[in-house]
Amino acid sequence: MRLFKELAFAATLSLASIFAIASGHAHEIKLGDIVISHPWSRPAPMASDVAAGFMKITNTGTADDRLVSATAAITGTVQLHDMKMEGDVMKMSEIPGGIVIPTGQTVELKPKSLHVMFMDLKRAPVEGEQFKGTLTFEKAGTVEIDYEVTAQAPEAH
Amino acid sequence: MLRFIRIASLVAAALLAAVTGYVYLTRGEAVVSVADIGGPFRLASANGGVVDSQDLAGKPFAVFFGFTRCPEVCPTTMAEMSAALTELGDQGKDLRVFFVTVDPERDTADFLKDYLSSFDPRIEALVPTADELAAMARAFRAFYAKSPTSDGGYTMDHTATVFLMDRQGKLASTISYGEEQATRMAKLRKLLGV
Repeated sequence: MRLFKELAFAATLSLASIFAIASGHAHEIKLGDIVISHPWSRPAPMASDVAAGFMKITNTGTADDRLVSATAAITGTVQLHDMKMEGDVMKMSEIPGGIVIPTGQTVELKPKSLHVMFMDLKRAPVEGEQFKGTLTFEKAGTVEIDYEVTAQAPEAH
Repeated sequence: MLRFIRIASLVAAALLAAVTGYVYLTRGEAVVSVADIGGPFRLASANGGVVDSQDLAGKPFAVFFGFTRCPEVCPTTMAEMSAALTELGDQGKDLRVFFVTVDPERDTADFLKDYLSSFDPRIEALVPTADELAAMARAFRAFYAKSPTSDGGYTMDHTATVFLMDRQGKLASTISYGEEQATRMAKLRKLLGV
């Protein structure tokens, strides 16, 4: 049974990657009821140890889901963070329970807001490149995505 | 009589506060007394040596509090400041911009120097000790605090404002995070008198 689960997981992952490649320019990835659009990251300054990942996540299902964890090829340490401005102060905090994706809604991970936080970078994201990552949802499961590295937020296609 | 004096001083204080508030508001500045922000400092530079605010007399400068493990506010502010310095060109050739790390525990001089090499060379990192940082942040009314993360590490909350200091080392203006590029340029040009 465990082997079956693992095989199913691997199959899902491979299918997901094929889909991601096939979807190419659209940068839209589907995983069950979850649709992920335009994952992107900014090029990091030289010697920088951190970077952030952004995207839109839509829940087309009838139940809330939750982004509980993420991984990325550029680092072993990935967390889900929120950033907000309180007056002139920038506050950043980890969201321990993960990011809730309410049913029928789109949650945007974007600058000055929710983001996937890449820490202790093995290599910094470089403009024009892509790097792989995974997202794990409580209900929908795990999906592989490609982050596009760009200084400007990609426009919706 | 004593009671009268007490009431009169209260009224006078209220009037003074109102007038002060009016003056600052009409100048478009924060209600905090502008003259109080800033102060002398002497900090190690990531480029070697020290930067002493006394040596800056007669020249405007800018101060930003940040740290290198900051994913957004710091690199964005540094990139915007670099673009502004490029646009100012020769008019801003003497403008020094200081990046004061609020994370001296992890931000070493070498690391900061590498980090800032991605930006305009007029931006220079200052590396305070924990005590020097506390004193400088107090003087600039800047906030910084550790925010713990689940891996046992931490990230930093901090003031995201760029402080623009005039030739006398007094606060001339501030640039907020996300401020319009045109406003940012106008404030820098005013600071430089160009």
